[in-house]
Amino acid sequence: MIVRILGEGQFEVGDAELDRLNELDAAVEAEIDAGNEEAFHARLTELLDGVREVGAPLADESLEDSDLILPPADATLEEVREMLADDGLIPG
Amino acid sequence: MSMMKRISMIFRAKANKALDRAEDPRETLDYSYQRQVEMLAKVRRGVADVATSRKRVELQMNQLQSQSAKLTEQAQKALGMGREDLAREALTRKSGLQTQVNELTAQHAQLQGEEEKLTLASQRLQAKVEAFRTRKETIKATYTAAEAQTRINEAFSGISEEMGDVGMAIQRAEDKTQQMQARAGAIDELISTGALDDASAIGQGDDITRELEQMSSQSDVEAELAALKGATTPPAIDSSAPAAVEAGGAADESAAPVAQAEKEEQS
Repeated sequence: MIVRILGEGQFEVGDAELDRLNELDAAVEAEIDAGNEEAFHARLTELLDGVREVGAPLADESLEDSDLILPPADATLEEVREMLADDGLIPG
Repeated sequence: MSMMKRISMIFRAKANKALDRAEDPRETLDYSYQRQVEMLAKVRRGVADVATSRKRVELQMNQLQSQSAKLTEQAQKALGMGREDLAREALTRKSGLQTQVNELTAQHAQLQGEEEKLTLASQRLQAKVEAFRTRKETIKATYTAAEAQTRINEAFSGISEEMGDVGMAIQRAEDKTQQMQARAGAIDELISTGALDDASAIGQGDDITRELEQMSSQSDVEAELAALKGATTPPAIDSSAPAAVEAGGAADESAAPVAQAEKEEQS
């Protein structure tokens, strides 16, 4: 499975790690709903660290698309909300 | 649905929309390649822009730091001439400068981070654009329009995602840099009007003086004033004990511990 951290690159992550990443992802989502900027940032950092830890960076010249895409490490809660809304931050 | 899944689906939807526009899928390849090359140029410009901002901040930091050193010197001189009021004003200004230097240092670190990120993004994109070009030529040479479709989809969605990522990175870097440029403009203004220049022109109560006074922390000034007194007083009192007692008696309360310490050193 390929995971992209925006602004950072793509990682190849084993399927066995998916459950753990989904847990971390759910924690981030909960903070997005709660609107708690500080906690959101802490959970996002944990999620991204989790990906970097278990993932192997994909070669620069690979042309594969990602199964999962994560916000950049310094994203604000507001930015992620816009990202999740279509026609938001992601340039077409 | 999970956040990471939702974001990836939005990216994919945009890639598919772009792909649907062309009639002959092989035309999409050339068109897409053109856009990739443009994006590559754009991200390189982005790196250069951020570097320019970073250099501007560096220049300002140097200017403010040399100004800060000059104010320390002036404070020393003023104190040597017995003008504590003048020394205090110089140190107050210096403390204001320090606030600016601290802000600039934080900005500098941020710009450096953006520059690094964009540089890496441009390297990644370049590698992908080259890979895409090779793939594009192979597809055009080998496959009919109908056959080409799947191969094109594969190559296309990977690069399109990268383009979206890089486009976003450039946008974010631009936003950050713009915020900083407004602030940098204000500091340039202060430097060019000479408002930060000379503590000997003090006592005029101009806006800058008031502003710097507000920004400076009074305790910093007191602490540094006490330290300077420690540095400049001994030669003046010429190590004679009665003079030291006199100096201790004449000084205000905040300076008394310093005079006391000097007495102890000399005995």
